[in-house]
Amino acid sequence: MSVHASLAHDAAALHVTGQARYIDDIPVPAACLHLAFGLSTIARGRIAAMDLAAVRAAPDVEAVLTAADFDQIPDCSPSLHDEPLLSDGQVHFLGQPLFLVIAHNHLAARAAARLAKITYHEDTPILTIEEALAADARFEDGPRIYSKGDPDRAITNAEHVIEGRLEIGGQEHFYLEGQVAMVAPQDDGEMVVYSSTQHPTEVQHKVADALGLAMHDVRVETRRMGGAFGGKESQGNWLAIACAVAAARTGRPAKMRYDRDDDMVITGKRHDFRIDYKVGFDAEGRIEGIEFWHFCRCGWSQDLSLPVADRAMLHSDNAYLLPHARITSHRLKTNTQSATAFRGFGGPQGMVGIERVLDHIAHVLDRDPLEVRALNYYAEMSSAEAQPAGMPGAEHHRVTDFHADLTSQGAAGAAVPEDDPVPEQPSNVQTTPYHMPVEDFVLHSLTSKLAMNADYTRRRAAIRTWNAGNPLLKKGIALTPVKFGISFTLTHLNQAGALVHVYQDGSIRMNHGGTEMGQGLFQKVAQVAAQSFGVGLDRVKITATDTGKVPNTSATAASSGSDLNGMAVKAACDEICDRIAVFLAEEHQADPSDVRFKDGQVHVGGASYAFDEVIARAYLGRISLSATGYYKTPKISWDRIKGTGRPFYYFAYGAACTEVVIDTLTGENRILRTDILHDCGTSINPALDIGQIEGAYVQGAGWLTMEELVWDERGALKTHAPSTYKIPACSDRPDIFNVALWDGHNREETIYRSKAVGEPPFMLGISTFLAISDAVAACGSAYPALDAPATPERILAAVERMRGK
Amino acid sequence: MVQVSFLLNGDPVSVEDAPPTRTLLDWLRESRGLTGTKEGCNEGDCGACTVMVTDREGQAQALNACILLLPQLEGRAVRTVEGISGPDGTLHPVQKAMIELHGSQCGFCTPGFVVSMAVAHRDGATDFDDRLAGNLCRCTGYAPIVRAATAASSAPVPDWMTSDVAALARRADIGNAAAGDDVSTGGTQDAAATESVVRPDSSDALAVWYAAHPDATLVAGATDVGLWVTKQFRDLGPIAFLNQVADLRGIKVERDEIRVGAMTTLTEFGRFIADHHPDLAEMVRRYGSVQVRNAATLGGNIANGSPIGDSPPALIALDARLHLRHGDNRRSLKLEDFFLAYGKQDRAPGEFVEAVSFPSQPDALRCYKLSKRFDQDISAVCGCFNITVEDGVVSRARIAFGGMAGIPKRAAAVETALTAQPWTEETVARAQPAFAQDFAPMSDMRASAAYRLMTAQNLLMRYFHDMTGTPTRVLEVTP
Repeated sequence: MSVHASLAHDAAALHVTGQARYIDDIPVPAACLHLAFGLSTIARGRIAAMDLAAVRAAPDVEAVLTAADFDQIPDCSPSLHDEPLLSDGQVHFLGQPLFLVIAHNHLAARAAARLAKITYHEDTPILTIEEALAADARFEDGPRIYSKGDPDRAITNAEHVIEGRLEIGGQEHFYLEGQVAMVAPQDDGEMVVYSSTQHPTEVQHKVADALGLAMHDVRVETRRMGGAFGGKESQGNWLAIACAVAAARTGRPAKMRYDRDDDMVITGKRHDFRIDYKVGFDAEGRIEGIEFWHFCRCGWSQDLSLPVADRAMLHSDNAYLLPHARITSHRLKTNTQSATAFRGFGGPQGMVGIERVLDHIAHVLDRDPLEVRALNYYAEMSSAEAQPAGMPGAEHHRVTDFHADLTSQGAAGAAVPEDDPVPEQPSNVQTTPYHMPVEDFVLHSLTSKLAMNADYTRRRAAIRTWNAGNPLLKKGIALTPVKFGISFTLTHLNQAGALVHVYQDGSIRMNHGGTEMGQGLFQKVAQVAAQSFGVGLDRVKITATDTGKVPNTSATAASSGSDLNGMAVKAACDEICDRIAVFLAEEHQADPSDVRFKDGQVHVGGASYAFDEVIARAYLGRISLSATGYYKTPKISWDRIKGTGRPFYYFAYGAACTEVVIDTLTGENRILRTDILHDCGTSINPALDIGQIEGAYVQGAGWLTMEELVWDERGALKTHAPSTYKIPACSDRPDIFNVALWDGHNREETIYRSKAVGEPPFMLGISTFLAISDAVAACGSAYPALDAPATPERILAAVERMRGK
Repeated sequence: MVQVSFLLNGDPVSVEDAPPTRTLLDWLRESRGLTGTKEGCNEGDCGACTVMVTDREGQAQALNACILLLPQLEGRAVRTVEGISGPDGTLHPVQKAMIELHGSQCGFCTPGFVVSMAVAHRDGATDFDDRLAGNLCRCTGYAPIVRAATAASSAPVPDWMTSDVAALARRADIGNAAAGDDVSTGGTQDAAATESVVRPDSSDALAVWYAAHPDATLVAGATDVGLWVTKQFRDLGPIAFLNQVADLRGIKVERDEIRVGAMTTLTEFGRFIADHHPDLAEMVRRYGSVQVRNAATLGGNIANGSPIGDSPPALIALDARLHLRHGDNRRSLKLEDFFLAYGKQDRAPGEFVEAVSFPSQPDALRCYKLSKRFDQDISAVCGCFNITVEDGVVSRARIAFGGMAGIPKRAAAVETALTAQPWTEETVARAQPAFAQDFAPMSDMRASAAYRLMTAQNLLMRYFHDMTGTPTRVLEVTP
């Protein structure tokens, strides 16, 4: 069996020897030009004068471009056409590209970009959530509101009511490979683009748009990225477009990579949020009504902020039944980097909100937070109860703007289903605040098992004893669940294509629309292909993502990579197998459905042949050995404006138990032990899935602890390099780190009944944050009300508050 | 332009035409097509460019190629990730383990990890958290990498990992490149002197040349100067590369004094000081990363004058003196007097740090480094305490801080408040407010002024508890 096997990453041997080639490693074509942006040094205002004489005169500079050099300034936005490649005179954030240096080498371009003399008419920037609210600076006309039941009445009538506020910081992706692109112009004006992007089709579309070409004139190739995490879903547009523009104007190849500081200053990060809440609950801690207000700092342009803020709303329930709920979401426009996609895509922020509420309720009632969580969980359904939801699959798209960015998650004018997407539900099924039935809930049994494996109850008691004997250091523990919705919320993106060739020698070449950023997608999909043909992985060649092979792809995002592309590749493989089966069955007077591809053999009517022998015969028999495959996710349909329907095909689940220690004199803190149980359905590759879980947990913990973005009062990002922005280092992982997969399968018909794994485990890191909160709670009787990230400084401030100082 | 000769993956190379500030990373990638070594940050913080450098003494070290300037390699041997596999392509045990135990995901940090792991493996080291603190990974959460390092640790060291030592000994032609401009003509002041690049081999030669080129940049480990090049495009003027100045290196222990040469690396100093002041060694363990400590020198950390360098507060707390030289003139001063104001030190043009010395003393030194991340993070606050208690009474207190002022600075008012008082929690509590007299810290991206002041006070309380045996360190807690 190829699937379900713990095979190494397909490029592991290339990684460890330094042979794996990233875009900056591709030998540059002769006469290649190198680019760098000149950046604004104010956050808001207008350019008064731009003196670029010194830039143009600098050594090795070929040309310098400004907005004045374009009839129409190319747009880099994945949504609202609000991101001019070079400033049109307005400055929207500190770090905005103002001019483009085209030079003979990378260092010359960077050095020259610093020589500009620019004066501005400076305006007071809008930097914070509060400033944006005061100025009513926002995207969309007003807040989005999703609601269910009558939260006002439920809260009023509840025995207990609490209110609170939580600030949640953003996060820099810190992909180790910075943004990079290279464009090689072809003889007929075609542009071949090498881009470190999660979304080659987006780059293709934007480059074509920038140059006035059709999409067939642009081919984008992406073999691998050195990490992405959402940061390369839209942010790579800028470099690819800049290179294409330079290539078109000079006829020479052009390459651009951001220096790390430029990368951090220019590109978007995770959205920071403020979440206010008001919740009514009964004496046991059961939530009766709840209201959330999300304040989401989107930065200067819209980018993907609307679906990010939507997903935050869609995860405001996490694992809990909220009988009466209202979520109000403000998408605020500020003069900072444009916040963008980042693993979880708003889900983590929404989830931190509700987990904070559960923690707060438990504290008020002096109960074990895990008990209060379980009390509020959605019901787990037996398979008999769980009727397949009969969702209307009708999709009537009303596309009017043919230049629209249709394949972007930020696409404007997303199609709205004409049918009422609120499904009819069996009365025994519980629903989310957006009225989607929760039919696959497993967290009661999953968290029970994790609590047992982690010895949660005993350790929680032991920690209390330990804390009593330690005046300066305090331990804390928390066990938190994750329920994460799987599918692009922009429904039409849930489609994928593949192209599979079988050559006459029996070797297979496979291509699909997904991109490889380290997650092991290519290997998982190769396993699917090998499984389909019943051959070993050695026969399957994995190839670079290429818009010339598979068109109209969606970004590799929303954890969808293997769900969508695995199915598309399987469809292509099945198509070829079916043709061969018909051919062989005819020869053998057998039924095609009885032909089996297994263990390198093809079995038909009692006879067995080697796979390559069958392929050679099929070729001679004039059977087509190449096929495309296509897949679209079934059952999904919803209305994002009303907040009703089924945005998700299914949910992925998991839970983590984390123990920490803090120093009450300094706020220093450390993870001591983490136990994780996570649901990958029937895993296609358990080793790769565990790798995703371990990495996501540490990244999630980093987001909520040491990773802090700091802007000064002028809007300058002060944490713009690894010297000032600290992602977890080796010793920050838990001393004891137990990760196991939940033994289950996906009730929906996904690829080999697996579940998506890219994003869901990121939110296991929330257990770290709440374990720290638990440790702080040991310092007094008030509720710690810790904000994120829980840096030593915030922890110490919380400890001081607890002590009434 | 400067001439440099060294071994690259076992083969001799001679670079004739590189500017003296050409980094090894750029040269490897652009001039040699060796693209396995990656650029992640270009400032020595991520370790994606880690290479192994062996010297004639047989020492092999992990260094960051992005801030290693080519002239620093003269006479040494470089092994990149391409040279960590055997000449016939045989995988190194750490490479094999990384594949088998899923240690790579996106793979971009992997070459740097592999080199750091291979150097640790060569040394027989298993303190992987420290050995890998200078390599950042954003994908794996490190667990599978440490599993791989552990699994490989019992395998024998492949012969190619130690062959550079013998190869260097065999190759007399390596390391004999002309030492730049003739150092002995240091007195000339002609126009060409502004482009002067020298590699002096003694402090006497350096003294003559530097006195004649007082506007020159001295490059010791280049862990800071490297960033002037890669991030600021600064013109360094005349440059002296100091790594061959042997007599500035090393530590002398005399009866009542310890004297540390300016070119002693942080790695060497940390190893040495563990026997005398173990808590200072623990702080040095968290200073930069292995790659940075292997390059950075104690003299550089002092002469640089940074308000957030970690060694000055510790050395001031030890009552250290700084030894300076200008031409033939030598002088020494108390280390705290060297730091005049932010960016300004008591050092004349052409004058350089020869050594730092401090009295041999019973160990009462504790060094508390506060930062958002434990490893490889610049201190928000670095507090160093050295308090002598005799018969229950404080007889002497030396307390110095980094991160609390524009310079590393003593907490004189606190010291006064403690001295001649009984060593009790009450005395500590009474002395804590004096920190506000000593320091008016600033707010920045690392911490607020309020946090800095509060923790400075709290660290005095920590010292009290630390000395009386109450657990104070989260790093020592087990689950």
